[in-house]
Parts: sequence; C-alpha cells; structure tokens
Amino acid sequence: MSPSDSAISVKNLTKKFGDLTAVDSISFEVPKGITFAFLGPNGAGKTTTIKMLTTLERPTSGSISVNGFDPVKRPADVRRSFGIVFQDASLDDELTAYENMFLHAGLYGVPRAETPGRIKEMLEFVELWDRKDSLVKTFSGGMRRRLEIARGLLHTPAVLFLDEPTVGLDPQTRNHIWSYIKKLNKERGLTVFFTTHYMDEVERTADRVAIVDHGKLIANDTVEGIVKQAGSASLEDAFIKLTGHHIREEEANSKDQFRNMAKAWGRRR
Amino acid sequence: MKTNTLYAIYILWLRQIKRYFRSKSRIIGSLGQPILFLVALGYGLNSVFSASGNGNYIQFLAPGIIAMSILFSAIFSGIEIIWDRQFGFLKETLVAPVSRFTIMFGRTLGGATTASLQGILVLVISLFIGFRPDIADIIPGVIFMVLIAFVFTALGTAIASRLEDMQGFQLIMNFLVMPIFFLSGALFPLNTAPAAIKWIAFFNPLTYGVDGLRAVFTTAAIHSAWTDGIVLTVIALVFVSVGAWMFLKIKA
Repeated sequence: MSPSDSAISVKNLTKKFGDLTAVDSISFEVPKGITFAFLGPNGAGKTTTIKMLTTLERPTSGSISVNGFDPVKRPADVRRSFGIVFQDASLDDELTAYENMFLHAGLYGVPRAETPGRIKEMLEFVELWDRKDSLVKTFSGGMRRRLEIARGLLHTPAVLFLDEPTVGLDPQTRNHIWSYIKKLNKERGLTVFFTTHYMDEVERTADRVAIVDHGKLIANDTVEGIVKQAGSASLEDAFIKLTGHHIREEEANSKDQFRNMAKAWGRRR
Repeated sequence: MKTNTLYAIYILWLRQIKRYFRSKSRIIGSLGQPILFLVALGYGLNSVFSASGNGNYIQFLAPGIIAMSILFSAIFSGIEIIWDRQFGFLKETLVAPVSRFTIMFGRTLGGATTASLQGILVLVISLFIGFRPDIADIIPGVIFMVLIAFVFTALGTAIASRLEDMQGFQLIMNFLVMPIFFLSGALFPLNTAPAAIKWIAFFNPLTYGVDGLRAVFTTAAIHSAWTDGIVLTVIALVFVSVGAWMFLKIKA
C-alpha cells in the first residue's frame, strides 16, 4: 500500500514519560475510508497514541502522517484535517448547542457565509436541531455525545477520531451513534479511527482492528483474522487471550478526583 | 489567515461575555463584597478618617474598592482555565487550528472585559453610597479599570496554566490575591504607612491601579495619572507575555 492511500500512517512511534514507555515503537497504516478500531486494556497506550496523532503530545521518536501532514511539523494542517470526540466531555456547558457549534466553526475558520447552513445540517443529522437553543448543561450524556460528533464533523474533516465514544451510554443511544457514524463512513468516505471496550461494536462496525498492550502493537488484522489468529470463538475471547486475564489498575488522576469532588458537591456553579 | 486569527479572538472573547451575562447569580454575588466594604468601612471609618485630617473616607475608599472588585473578577476569570481543563473544554480549543497565543489572548480579552464591566458596576453603586467623581473623569477612570483588568486576568491565566486543580485556589487567594488587595493602599493612605508596607506596595501592581483611579477621580493620589498609567501598561504587557508563555506549555 502506498502512503498516499493511507489516512493515517505511523512508523516506529514511541512515547516515553520519564522511565515509563507508554507507547513502544508501534507502526500501522489506516487506509482511507475505513473504520479502524484501536483496542487495548486500560493503560495500554491508546489515549497517548491518539494524543500524538491529534497534536496534543509530541512523540519521543518515530514518525506520523495524518492526511499527509506531520503533526509535529504542521500541526495546524493536521488539526484542520481531523475531527475528534474525546474520551471525556469537551463541551461548554454554559453555552447552547448552537453556540458550541458556532464557536467551533469560528476556531476552525469555517467560511462565515456557510456556517449557519452547516450547523443546521449537522445538528439535523444528529437530531438535535430542535434543541439548538438549549444550554448544554441541560443535555443528557447521549445528547452531549451526539452534539460532540456533530461538532467534530462541522469543519468537514477527512478523519474522525472517537475515543470511547459510547462509554456510559445505553444500548439505544449506542446504536444510534453508530448508525450516524457508519452513515458518514459509507456516504462521505469518512475515515473513522475509534477506541472502545465494547467488542460487539467492533464486530459490527470495524473494517480493521489493531490491539495494543503495554505500549506494543500485538495484532493488526480484520475481525475474522484476529479471531482466527487467536483460535477463539469471538473477538472478546480473542482479545482476552491476546492481552491476558490480568486486570489493569489505573491510578485515578487529579482530574478524576476533581470530578468526583465536583459530583459530591453537586452541580458546579 | 490574519482575519481568521482576529475572528478566533473575537469568538473566544464573545464566549466569555456570554458566560458572564448568563451567570446573573455570579454578577450579583460578586457585588455583595464591594457593597459591604463600601457601606461598613465607608460609613464606619469615615469619622475617624476625617478627624485625622484626611478628608472624606468614601471619596478615598471608592477607588480602592472598584480596584478590588476588578482584581477579584479578573483573577477569577483567568483561573477559570482550570475549570475548562477539568471539564474538558480546554482540549477543544487546544486541538483547533489556531495558535496558543490566539487562544490565550482571546480569553484574556474576554476576562478583562468582564472584569472591567464589574468595576463599572461598582463605580455606579458607589455613586449611591456617596462617591462623587467628576463626570469628565469617567473616561480616564475606565481606562485605568481596563488596565487593572488586563494585568490581573493575565496573572490569573499564568497561575492557572501551572495549577493542576482547584485545590491550590485557596492558597492563591490567601497568599497572593488578598495581600495584593490589602497592601495596595486600597483601604488606607500609603504615605503615612510604615516603611515595610510602603516597600511592599511599591512592588504591588494594584498600588498603581488604585493610585491611578484616585489620580483621575480625586486628589488623594501619590503619583500622577501618567506615571500610574505607564507603570500599569508596562506591567500589563509583561504579564500578558508571561501568561502567554505559560499557556504555551499547558497540557490538555
């Protein structure tokens, strides 16, 4: 495969935090227009990899190309070319759905004449147009996610990153969200790069699957390929066979502690 | 490219303004303290102050309290970056194709605007409590309010770029913001204060804000309005640069 057919190309990517090697020399290609699942137990290096792909962290070594641009050398070009739905919330609660979209359009330099039309189109797509003037703090978890997806697509990116987009959502909402994403993938050729812990989502949606563990890439194939490689009955079995039964403990960082505190104190402000 | 940067700054400014006007309880809440200070100290200490030959205390105090409300409001809007980080909105701005400086500047502009509005509100309230400035002094007074607002929004931003969470906020309030307020000459005349306080006040940016407001509104100032204005402008430029530099290194 030539690099020009790849939406994302990663070679020997490594990230060290002091003594800890979070990502250890991984390489993979994501062809244009596919749905790519990036799996691994907690703390395997998934989020760190996404951070490097999306310009939020600098690699210690190795090279990355996202839509033909190097995130280290040309961060602004890379940023314009992808949309992202983060693992945790990233909306402004005190603004309305429309205002969150409008702000995004302004930051991404969406032509002002096109902005209202595009916001309408995207909000209608995720079925939130009738709630456009509601403050985001009144939204449920599922509505927030839909709004984040609409926002991530507002500047018509070629790649959409989704970091555990369906965590904490009920099956109805999960199905809904995946139907939007698959639709965009099919109709517009959007490349989708996602992480999840729900193996059924992967089986249903992913064209290719990569599994990382302890910072290393341990599998990169189709769902069938990985199941076959592990000699298991399902992807979930294959996943556990490849990554082991050991439970990964992640220390709660200050963010989690803070959120818990904020929860204990009720709504902020 | 250029217009995009300006528009992004405008958009981020607009966000701060919208949030300010939307949190009515916060606006009203943050007026409580200056009103209390103006009424309790202004009326309570007036007789002592004028008996010692310093003139009307409310005339002296009002500029100090206006400066105080701007200080608190500005520091707080800078510190809000911590909230944005904890609740994730900061990431949305950090992956956007605009420079860190643009983000920091738009925020600071917005924070400084709302802090200045807060100062103007307190000025209006102080009129009812007995403060009597000249109408002609309002415009230069507002210029000083804006300068104070810029200095301390930038300081808040610089601090917030380094703080992990709101735990450190109490520390900042008690060991930085309160001393800045109490040792600025906002409440008492510095020219008769002990040398140590004078010395600290000399290095306190708010001293020049309070003195500048007094220089334009009353006659009780130590320096000329020009001196105060130039000192504050230089400090504002330094703090915005430092704030931008700290923000440059912020992690999502």
